[in-house]
Amino acid sequence: MDPFLSMKNVSKTFGEVSALHDVNFEIGKNEIVGLLGDNGAGKSTLVKVITGYYQPDEGSEFSIKGQRIDHLTVPKARELGIEIVYQERALADKQSVWRNIFLGREMTNKWGLLDIKNMRSETSRLMHSSMGFTSSAITPDSIVKTFSGGERQGVAITRALYFKADLIILDEPTMGLSLSETRKCLDFVNRIKAEGKSCIFIDHNIFHVYPVCDRIVVVDRGTIAGQYMKNELSLQQLIDKLQQVAHTGSLSDSEAAAGATGGHE
Amino acid sequence: MSDTRKNPAPPKSAKAPVGIVGRFLRRYTIQIGIVFVGVFIWLLFLMGAPQTFLRRDIYISFMSTTPFFALMALPLTLIIIIGEMDLSFPSTMAFGMMAFDVVFVASGNFYLGFLACILAGALAGYFNGILVVKIGIPSLVATIGTQFLLRGIVMVVTNGAGLGLTDVQNTLLYPLFVGRIGDVVPAQFVWTIGIGVVLWIILNRTKFGAHVYLTGDNIESARLMGVNVNRTKILCFIIVGIAAAFAGFVVSEEVMFFWPTLGEGYMLNTLASVFLGGTSAYGGTGTVFGTFIASYIIGAINAGIVAVGMTGFWTSVIYGLIIVVSVSLQSLLNKKMK
Repeated sequence: MDPFLSMKNVSKTFGEVSALHDVNFEIGKNEIVGLLGDNGAGKSTLVKVITGYYQPDEGSEFSIKGQRIDHLTVPKARELGIEIVYQERALADKQSVWRNIFLGREMTNKWGLLDIKNMRSETSRLMHSSMGFTSSAITPDSIVKTFSGGERQGVAITRALYFKADLIILDEPTMGLSLSETRKCLDFVNRIKAEGKSCIFIDHNIFHVYPVCDRIVVVDRGTIAGQYMKNELSLQQLIDKLQQVAHTGSLSDSEAAAGATGGHE
Repeated sequence: MSDTRKNPAPPKSAKAPVGIVGRFLRRYTIQIGIVFVGVFIWLLFLMGAPQTFLRRDIYISFMSTTPFFALMALPLTLIIIIGEMDLSFPSTMAFGMMAFDVVFVASGNFYLGFLACILAGALAGYFNGILVVKIGIPSLVATIGTQFLLRGIVMVVTNGAGLGLTDVQNTLLYPLFVGRIGDVVPAQFVWTIGIGVVLWIILNRTKFGAHVYLTGDNIESARLMGVNVNRTKILCFIIVGIAAAFAGFVVSEEVMFFWPTLGEGYMLNTLASVFLGGTSAYGGTGTVFGTFIASYIIGAINAGIVAVGMTGFWTSVIYGLIIVVSVSLQSLLNKKMK
């Protein structure tokens, strides 16, 4: 079975700086991959290549659903079912909930004008069913700026799920969230798995990533330093490995583990 | 999307429930605020100079002169919402008319001249857009540059000489743009309302309009969500360019003469209209309705200051104050919301 997404020898340089260097990365269908790494390790660059925001350098190979992709753009990535939820930056603060949910994909009527009525009622439904908003003070016209961190994350993740994505990328979704809000956010990840979709979960916090992932990929200095199936090692072992990466920049046994790409069937 | 959440979260932070009235007030705060400001200032002038403000003439005069800058303030609202600035529009007014001048003198055709005028405005706007988006110059600086550049071109091409437009009265363009409907209502007033309505629809009922708000609010987010931010910005500059050229044409028709200095004196009242109308200098919020009402307040202040017996020099003081006060209020509100 083809993986959902596969990239070979992907590099990305910005002027003199090499942000990604010959990265080989795969994600299987219905697989949750935890992407770990320090600030500046290349996690964000990697996902920005996957979402079509950055174009990789020449010589990079890229395929989605078994189909070779030469020039991926943001709209094309979305069309292929790739959605990303960015921490904080995801929402337009001064706009209403419905404008945020339909950001960049506004519904239009037969005249080509915005179908605001439909977007409002759809948003209202989503707010009750999946965002868990029960207060009558919050309406589809409420301005997102007044929401708490968890509520905002709820809006962002609901947006991704709503558009039937096959791969949902969460970029540090638990940053700045309270304990209960974090739990809610991890529930969303479990829901992605339950709905048969794939997910890349980027976080600094290994304790958040480990419980919900099938596979852990460690990125360091623009390369994949190691990857592990979760059932291969305990949380403590993983922490030891990460410390090793932090100190040496590589893993002595990463060669063996690197073979374990895609834990899918 | 399936709804499989078994345990909906408990009610969120206790925000006091509000009724329909509360919701209406919240959604239209800016518009309601500006209407109140307008009524307040009107009452002030009514008491200060009843002999002027109780007569019909003053209102017809408003309808005739306010459109000259309202026609530009309305589209300029889009530029401010998207988080940019255009200071070149007064020169674009003259640049458009210069194109008219050249084409009209060469062809003798008013209509071709008008077309050239609008195209020149679009070109000037496109040039601004390219400087800002493709070359990456901050719009404030780029449009100060083009303001001088365009004015300079106008002066060089016309050699500083104006053009009489008395013959325009014989064309359809005269009654169409500056005629008096029923001998009372100036055509430019109707055009201002019409353009205001069109811009309202563009801003509130089209994808492009939604993208203007989103780009001005969070450009990074808009980009990540696949909005073509560059194209949206360039289009906004083009719209302002076209509007400025059109306004230049209307002003020149009204006075039946094209002065190469056309546009000077329009900067302050146009910007004041946008900011007084509640459009945020930080981008992301603003309304066409607010700008429309505000431009009439600005127009009234102009007439009112003279009518209540102050010298015309005061207008600049008041416009300046209006810009400073309305932007300060937005800044304070912004801080409070954070």
